[in-house]
Amino acid sequence: MAQLTYRASVSLAIAQSMRKDQKVFFIGEDVGAAGGVFKATVGLLEEFGKERVMDAPISEQAILGAAMGAAMTGLRPIAEIMFSDFLAVCWDIVANQIAKTRYMSDGQINIPLVIRTANGGGSKFGAQHSQSLENWSMMIPGLKVVAPSCPSDVLGLMDSAVKDPDPVIFYEHKSLYAFKEEIEQTDISIPIGEANMLHEGKDITIIGLALMAQRAKEAALILKDKHDINAKVIDLRSLVPLDLQTIKKSVIETGHVLTVEENPRLCGWGAEISSLISEHCFKNLKGPVTRVTTPHVPLPSADILEDNTIPSVELIVNEVIKKLKGE
Amino acid sequence: MVDKLNDDIGEEKRLRLWEMMLKLRLVEKKAYDLFLQNLIKGTSHLALGQEAIAGAFGVALKQGDYTFCTYRGHAHTLARGSSIEGVLGELMGRQCGLMKGKGGSMHLTDVDKGVMGSYAIIGAHLTIANGTALASKYNKTNEVSVCFFGDGTTNIGAFHEALNMAKIWNLPIVFVCENNLYMEYTPIHEVTAVEHPAADRAGAYNLDKIIVDGNDADEMLRTAEKAISKAREGKGPSLIEAKTYRHSGHSRADPGKYRPDEEVKDWMENKDPIKNYRAKLLDFNINEKIISEIEEKIKDQVEKATEISMASPIPEIKEIYTDVWANGGSEWHN
Repeated sequence: MAQLTYRASVSLAIAQSMRKDQKVFFIGEDVGAAGGVFKATVGLLEEFGKERVMDAPISEQAILGAAMGAAMTGLRPIAEIMFSDFLAVCWDIVANQIAKTRYMSDGQINIPLVIRTANGGGSKFGAQHSQSLENWSMMIPGLKVVAPSCPSDVLGLMDSAVKDPDPVIFYEHKSLYAFKEEIEQTDISIPIGEANMLHEGKDITIIGLALMAQRAKEAALILKDKHDINAKVIDLRSLVPLDLQTIKKSVIETGHVLTVEENPRLCGWGAEISSLISEHCFKNLKGPVTRVTTPHVPLPSADILEDNTIPSVELIVNEVIKKLKGE
Repeated sequence: MVDKLNDDIGEEKRLRLWEMMLKLRLVEKKAYDLFLQNLIKGTSHLALGQEAIAGAFGVALKQGDYTFCTYRGHAHTLARGSSIEGVLGELMGRQCGLMKGKGGSMHLTDVDKGVMGSYAIIGAHLTIANGTALASKYNKTNEVSVCFFGDGTTNIGAFHEALNMAKIWNLPIVFVCENNLYMEYTPIHEVTAVEHPAADRAGAYNLDKIIVDGNDADEMLRTAEKAISKAREGKGPSLIEAKTYRHSGHSRADPGKYRPDEEVKDWMENKDPIKNYRAKLLDFNINEKIISEIEEKIKDQVEKATEISMASPIPEIKEIYTDVWANGGSEWHN
C-alpha cells in the first residue's frame, strides 16, 4: 500500500504504458527535462530518453499534428497540451483532423492517440488558464473524452486511453494534482465508459466529473451527517462514451437529479445529461433536473471572485437542500 | 535544345512520367465534364496545368512512402497509383469511390497506396505529415513523407510551426509548395511579404532556398528525386517552391476572371507542361507511335473507369452511422 498523488499517478501511468508498449511515446512542451509545468511528468525523460520523451517547441498545432501523423502509422503517441485553454490554438487539428479522419477515410485510418491536458480552475490563473473545456470535445463526433477524479482513475483510465484505438482527450484537473489516495495496485486498467459510484444513497442522484465529482462526494458526506439526506454520487469519468445505463438506473432509484459542472452554463455537458434523463426517465422523475454550473462568465482571477464562480461543496449542499426540502 | 548524350533520366522513366501526367490531365478533364453533366456534386478544385509536380513525385516515390495533399488533390492521389474509378467514384459519391462517398473530392485517401489523406483546412497537413515522418524516424525505417500545398499556405501559422519542427527533429520529409501565383482569387504577391512565398521563408528554418519551374517535368523530377534521396538518407527536410499555374479557376464556382487574359494565354499556350513534354519526348527521338499509344491507352482507361463509376451503386444510407469509431459504429453511450 502506497500513498500516491494525482500528480505522481500521471507520470506513473505514462511510464507504465511506455514500459508495456514500445509504440508509445510522449511529446509536449517542457515535459521532459523540466518534468512538466505541473511536475506531472517528472522522471520520464530519465527513464525513456529523448527518443520517446520529446520536448517540443511552443507549437501546439505541430505537436498534435505530429502526434496524429504518427498515430496514423500505428504508433500510440501521448501528447500534452499544457493548459486545456491552449486547445483553442490547435482546435483545427483536434476537431477537424483527429476527430474526422477515420470517418472521412471510410475507416482506412485509425488514430490511437491520447491528448493529455491540464483542465479546470482553482489556481487563480484567470480566464485563459483555468477553463473547464471538456464540453468542447464532447460535442465533436470522433473524440473520446475522459476526466479522472482521483489517482487510481488516472492510472486505470490512462492505461485504457493509450490502448484505445480511437483518439482520447484526457482532461486532468489542476486542482486535483495534489489529491492523495492509498493505492495497492498501480498497474490497473479501468474501461472507458464506466461511471463510478462515489457515494451511495436513495434520496437524490448527484452527477459530477473530475473536481466536481470529488466536491459532490464531500457534499454527500455533509448532507448525510448534518441533513439526513442520502445522495448517490456518480463520477462519470468519461463524457464520451457516456455510461447512460448507470445514470438511468440511479435516476430510477432516486427520482431527483443534480448535475454539477465546472464549465459555464450554456451548452455545458449537464444540459445533454438532463436532456437524456428527460427522454429516458421522465416518468421516474419527481422534479426537474437541476444543473449547477459556473455562471456564464469568463473565470475571474482574485481569490474571492474565482471561489464564488466555481461550484463549491457548500453550493452543492445548499442546492440539494433547496431541491429536496424547498428551503 | 536537349542534351541527348548526357541524358540522366532516360526513355523508360520519361515515358512513365509522360503517362502519369497524361493520366492526371485526362482524369481532371473528365471530372470537369462530369461536373457539367451534374454527375459530380459539391465542389471540386482541379489541378489542370499543374500535373508535372504531382507526376514527378509519383514517379520518384517508392511504395511505402507517405504523401499528403490538399483539397486540390485528385492528381496527387492518382500519382500514387490509386485507381481512376476510385477517384471518380468518390467524386460522384458512389460505392466504388476510395471512401465510398464518405469523404468526397476534398478528402481523397488511399492508405494502401500511401495516400494519407487530402486536407481541406489550409496548413494542417504539414504538421500531420511531420508525424508520419517522425514515425519513420522513430521506427528506424526509411520511408519518406511528402507534403504538397499551395502558395496561400505559406501565410498560415501551421506552415511555420511545421517547418521549424521538421528541421529541429531532422525529419525525413519534403514540403512542396505549388505556387500557382494565386491564393484562391487573390494574386499571392499582393498578400505576401516576400517575393517567393515558400522559398524566401526557407532560410528562417535553416533550409535551402529551392525554386523550380514546376511546369518543366524533367526539372521537377530531378528536384523531387534529390529531395527524396536527401530525406531517405537521414539528411533532413527540404522545402521546394515549384512555379506553376492553374488552367482553371480556384474551384468549381470560380471562372478565374481575375486573371489577365494575356497571362492565362501565355501559360496555356507556351507553358503547358503536357504539351511541352510531348514536344520534348519527340526531341529525344522517342517514337511518336509509342507516345500516341500511351495517349490512347490512358483515354481508354479513363473512359472505362468512368463507366465503372457511373454503374457503381450509390452508398447505402446506413453508411452514415459507420466508422466514427474503430469498432465501426457511431454509438456514444451505452
